Amino acid sequence: MIEFLAMGGHAPYIWGSYGVALVVMVAELALLRRRRKTLSLRLQRLARLGQEDRGDSTQDT
Amino acid sequence: MTGLLTAVMTLLRRDLILALRRRQDALVVLGFFVVVVSLFPLGVGPDPQLLRSMAPGVLWVSALLATMLSLERLFADDFRDGSLEQILLAPQPLSLLVVSKILAHWLVTGLPLVLASPLLGMQLGLNGTEILTLMGALLLGTPILSLVGAIGAALTLGLRGGGVLISLLILPLYVPALVLGAGALDAVMYGSSAQAHLSLLASLLIVTLLLAPWAIAAALRIMLD
Amino acid sequence: MAEQRVQWFKFASPPNFYDLSGRLAPWFAALAALLAVIGLYIGFILAPPDYQQGNSYRIMFIHVPTAWMSMFLYVLMAVYAAIGLIWRIKTAEAMAKAIAPTGALFAFLCLWTGALWGKPTWGTYWVWDARLTSQLILLFLYLGYIALHAAIEDRQRASDASAILALAGVVNVPIIYFSVVWWNTLHQGASITVTSAPAMETVMFAALMVMTFACWMYAIAVVLWRARLELMERERRSAWVVERMGAEKP
Repeated sequence: MIEFLAMGGHAPYIWGSYGVALVVMVAELALLRRRRKTLSLRLQRLARLGQEDRGDSTQDT
Repeated sequence: MTGLLTAVMTLLRRDLILALRRRQDALVVLGFFVVVVSLFPLGVGPDPQLLRSMAPGVLWVSALLATMLSLERLFADDFRDGSLEQILLAPQPLSLLVVSKILAHWLVTGLPLVLASPLLGMQLGLNGTEILTLMGALLLGTPILSLVGAIGAALTLGLRGGGVLISLLILPLYVPALVLGAGALDAVMYGSSAQAHLSLLASLLIVTLLLAPWAIAAALRIMLD
Repeated sequence: MAEQRVQWFKFASPPNFYDLSGRLAPWFAALAALLAVIGLYIGFILAPPDYQQGNSYRIMFIHVPTAWMSMFLYVLMAVYAAIGLIWRIKTAEAMAKAIAPTGALFAFLCLWTGALWGKPTWGTYWVWDARLTSQLILLFLYLGYIALHAAIEDRQRASDASAILALAGVVNVPIIYFSVVWWNTLHQGASITVTSAPAMETVMFAALMVMTFACWMYAIAVVLWRARLELMERERRSAWVVERMGAEKP
């Protein structure tokens, strides 16, 4: 196991490559998830506002 | 046909007269080119051998940056005073009118760079044939820089911080012109012929001349819509 | 023929695209994870160390797929941008915008892994090798597209203007590539010669292919998710978004 992880002395390069790839991809997914959450919160708030007073929020740019 | 020619010539004359009235704009671009090239020896030291070997890159990158500097003004003034909208409404094809504007821009900013280059080439220790090659390459290359740059100028029209944005959009697209232009001088300096580079640069100019005006015209319509 | 056409446009309409992509994207993501596990198993357990490079060649299994993906995605982005520009299909515009960050990410990963592969192989993190250099320029092209899209406030204008830029870029990519390759061969004396990879063993090739498919599936999943968000933001006033928002818990 240790020998496998050491990768014949190339460990920093190999795990540096795959580690960063994993981190970056997970980060992208996390960012998308957060963006989705904030967007859906905002849209629901807008929807509630629209129900309270119908009129000005139905038309927009 | 004559109507088209008249329109193009009128636009060209108008742009040149405007540029002549505001001479300082063109002079600033030329001044920038000269100053940047002259700063390099101060940065890397006066070793003639080193300066000679760096000359192609230094001269071309400086020419690129000087062109960048002038791009923001290419459509901005006409955009502000509304004459760009008039040009868009003209019955003549917009892509041809755009070529006339770029020709004016090149005559005012690109051509002076070509004419000033021998002086800077001598500063960096180039000899006669090398300077001729440099001028030839710049003569073919600077119109490419103007044409491609105009796409960026049109796309950033009316945006805040447009000047900085242009450089991010356009500098990657300048790579072929830079490689071929600097390569031509390099080839002569290392004793081979620059013909291959110059022919490729000429074909790049023709391709750019065929394609870029469409992109510029489309970009102008989008940004002024 | 006519029916197929209708179906295609039905799929392209934002609400249908939203529903379908929402159902498909998790499967693509799961497939990506599964393929990545298989690919890494083949690449790390089954494939033997290379007789010249030792174990460092295993970086290839991430480096090469990211390089391919970043190039494919740029072309795909330009295709969607053109479709959006010509036929005014909102879904295509959203897809073009959604591809850009993922493409930039793959370009970055390609450079990063290339640098880490370069150190044990050539003794230096960065060489001005033709492929690395054009990859760097590709990253700049992606960044320019993203920056232009972000700089224009009006969404329609932003899509159209960046579509023009993507098309100008995609015409330029082959020219840039060939000029960089040429530049590299002319300056060969000054740089380190990059020897071509020795004939690849079947097992290595299998790992490479599986990892490439994993990257494809990942890209599809992420791009679909992002395109859905794009569409929802653009159409936040329309009935279909409001309808679907009501059904979901935040």
